[in-house]
Amino acid sequence: MSKINCYKFRIIKDYIARFLVYLSLTLALIPIISILYEVVQRSVFVINLDFFINSAPTVGEKGGGIANAIQGTLITISLASIIGTPIGLMSGVFLSEYSEYKLSLIVRFFSDVLSGIPSIVIGVFAYALIVRSIGFSVIAAAFALAIIMIPIITRTTEEALKIVPLSLREAAIALGVPRWKTVIAIVLRSARKAVTTGILLSIARIAGESAPILVTMGYWRWWFEGLDRPVANLALNVFVFAMSPFENWIALAWGSAFLLILLVLWISIAVRVLTKGRY
Amino acid sequence: MAPKFEIEDLNAWFNSKQVLKNINMKIEEKAVTAIIGPSGCGKTTFIRCLNRMHEATPGARVSGKVLFNGVNIYDNGVDPVMIRRKIGMVFQKPNPFPMMSIYDNVAAGLKLNGVRDKKTLDVVVRRSLELANLWDEVKYELNNSGASLSGGQQQRLCIARALAVEPEVLLMDESCSALDPIATAKIEILIRKLAENYTIVIVTHNMQQAARVSDYTAFLYLGKLIEYGPTKQIFENPKHELTEKYLTGEFG
Amino acid sequence: MRSFYKIPFFHRLDIKHFSRFERQVNGDNIFKLVGILSASSILLLLGLMIYELINGSWLSIQAFGLNFIFGTKWDPAILQVFGALPLIFGTIVTSAIALIIGVPISIGVGLALSEYMPRKFGFAISFLVELLAAVPSVIYGLWGIFILIPFLRDYVYSYLQTFFGFIPIFSGPIYGGGVLTGGIVLAIMIIPTVSAVMRDLFSAVPNSQREAIIALGATKWETVKIVISYVRSGIIGAVILGLGRAVGETMAITMVIGNKFQVCPSSLFDAWYTMSAIIANELLEATYDLYVSALMNVALVLLFVTLMINILSRLIVWRVLMLVRGLARE
Repeated sequence: MSKINCYKFRIIKDYIARFLVYLSLTLALIPIISILYEVVQRSVFVINLDFFINSAPTVGEKGGGIANAIQGTLITISLASIIGTPIGLMSGVFLSEYSEYKLSLIVRFFSDVLSGIPSIVIGVFAYALIVRSIGFSVIAAAFALAIIMIPIITRTTEEALKIVPLSLREAAIALGVPRWKTVIAIVLRSARKAVTTGILLSIARIAGESAPILVTMGYWRWWFEGLDRPVANLALNVFVFAMSPFENWIALAWGSAFLLILLVLWISIAVRVLTKGRY
Repeated sequence: MAPKFEIEDLNAWFNSKQVLKNINMKIEEKAVTAIIGPSGCGKTTFIRCLNRMHEATPGARVSGKVLFNGVNIYDNGVDPVMIRRKIGMVFQKPNPFPMMSIYDNVAAGLKLNGVRDKKTLDVVVRRSLELANLWDEVKYELNNSGASLSGGQQQRLCIARALAVEPEVLLMDESCSALDPIATAKIEILIRKLAENYTIVIVTHNMQQAARVSDYTAFLYLGKLIEYGPTKQIFENPKHELTEKYLTGEFG
Repeated sequence: MRSFYKIPFFHRLDIKHFSRFERQVNGDNIFKLVGILSASSILLLLGLMIYELINGSWLSIQAFGLNFIFGTKWDPAILQVFGALPLIFGTIVTSAIALIIGVPISIGVGLALSEYMPRKFGFAISFLVELLAAVPSVIYGLWGIFILIPFLRDYVYSYLQTFFGFIPIFSGPIYGGGVLTGGIVLAIMIIPTVSAVMRDLFSAVPNSQREAIIALGATKWETVKIVISYVRSGIIGAVILGLGRAVGETMAITMVIGNKFQVCPSSLFDAWYTMSAIIANELLEATYDLYVSALMNVALVLLFVTLMINILSRLIVWRVLMLVRGLARE
């Protein structure tokens, strides 16, 4: 009698566990579905031609757009990528191809450490180093964003290169090709999909960053005026507009959020497509 | 015929383990020399010392002299990269570059060394594939990926790739082990044909293959050169007891 | 050997002797040098960061010393006195709430992805969870202000107060944002990362172990319990990783927590402040050097805390993965 009860008890526990697991899955997915739905729903009326053509509205002005924010964000991301990608790539190459050096162990560890530092702290670093001398500027913001990019690109490049089999490298060396050419023409070329994926992911990451932008550039309402001046930023605008009391500003916040999510979605899909092939 | 290689007191280590002990031998030019011996005797390490590939592995060390055309390739001023253009290598498992076409695979050695002229490359690719007995099979598919061929074809592609840079020597490290008997036979025929113009050194664990294909045979055991001589003499009349034991299958 | 075609470059290929100079300066060495420089720049940046933060905090350190960490007054206007203890508390409490809510859910999600879901759905769900990780912080904040806060205020908090109002932390005025809301938003933000690590940990347990237990007649849940016990210390590592994320989060939390500097909030529904939030809000407003220095001091403390948390968590997770994989090989 008790044996059967015990068995039933175990079955009940099993069902409860299964229920809890699926419950947590649902709870975890509700926010993302809600966010996607709300962003789309609340930005539908804001997204029109004006949205893309006009610049940010002043206090009390009706309408307005985010054209200057798009320009500013593109400039900032590009500059950050120009600084961060080469350093990240070469570091990843070094960690993968010259892993016999003690330096690579140390760098690998601290690169991971760097990637865990809050972006606000990195922003404060850029503030201390650059803003206090040059002032609030695109350079300071790009510098902060580059620091965020570098560990990501380093890690993904290293992983991508490590997958390339030794036999390919040996085949190239046996042909009398110097080691550096082997790495560039054969190894990197073989892993190009995965390496590009890493770079795209890091761009998606910095496109959404606003904390470092806040402390290196602040809110900017106008167009690009030089690398030593601030510039508008899409992510920061979401913050500023959302916390404002103006309805049209809040609508612009949702519109900007829509653009940002679109960008992130695109890059996530592109990454999935790219990594479906070999390497 | 003059010796292509003169190997003097060659020793090799991998980390702290000594893999080759005092090898002394001469390798004849425009002939096929086979290196045989049980697993772990150092055959692969030996052949990789001939084109300075062994030292490319971290932890590897070499001492001694290897004279190639009279010049010690381990001399201080010699660039290993140059060595490898004169002494080519084909590996055990075919390793064509999968992200390149057949054409680009064969041309890889030239392209990476700065040869850009399309006409020259066309001629070289055709010539190398013909030398490797592969031209007829792939001449209409030169743009297909290098990895789309069968195992035996891939190996012949690797041979063509190695030949394209005009080496004087071709080292083949168990190049037929991963292939079926028919593909192996095709490559053995190819080896005999190439020996007319190139010096070939093959490593094989297949004694019958050594007997079929080579002019000279060297028997290695536990890193030492036990016996070396014309193939006919080694197989019919081995001088050393160990050689005879290996040939009759008592070990390895 | 006769050459069948003219490639001048190759004809001139004799084994060449290089001078010592030529041996030093060549493509390989330059390439290696560039690699070393790039890799070292990471170390340089990290070192420079620590230096600049200490440098910038120096005024504050001189003025307050260790009392900065224990001080409870933040008065830039009149007294010009700064103390970070309430901020530290705020960060700790919101992160703790995030872990209490987020970790069990993450374990559930990790189990779902690794043990319960069939392959086909698994990919789609994983994609959604990854998307969750990719959403920028400000958008969480935006959603938090306009959707989460009204929802919590109208449907959750009022009921919480009705049933549990006698407990002090559930009493007090409800405006929608505040400590609990901040913790909930942080929980949502750490779930993707933590559940990804959980999923990896659970998946690393070899199937042979599961099969052994099932062959003894265990239910699914009993099998899962074994899997969890396998990677127990890894779970701790994942939790600490999540803690690191929660501590460093800035924009989303400052948009919902209310940004009120006080030593102790009156309830979970009251507003509060965190280290990261105060830096974001006040650095641009800081008008004099000591103020700036105090904020940089906060950043220094935040950096220190994050570094400790991250190093600890990586060591633990790394060790556990090695252990489990080592067992799998046997």
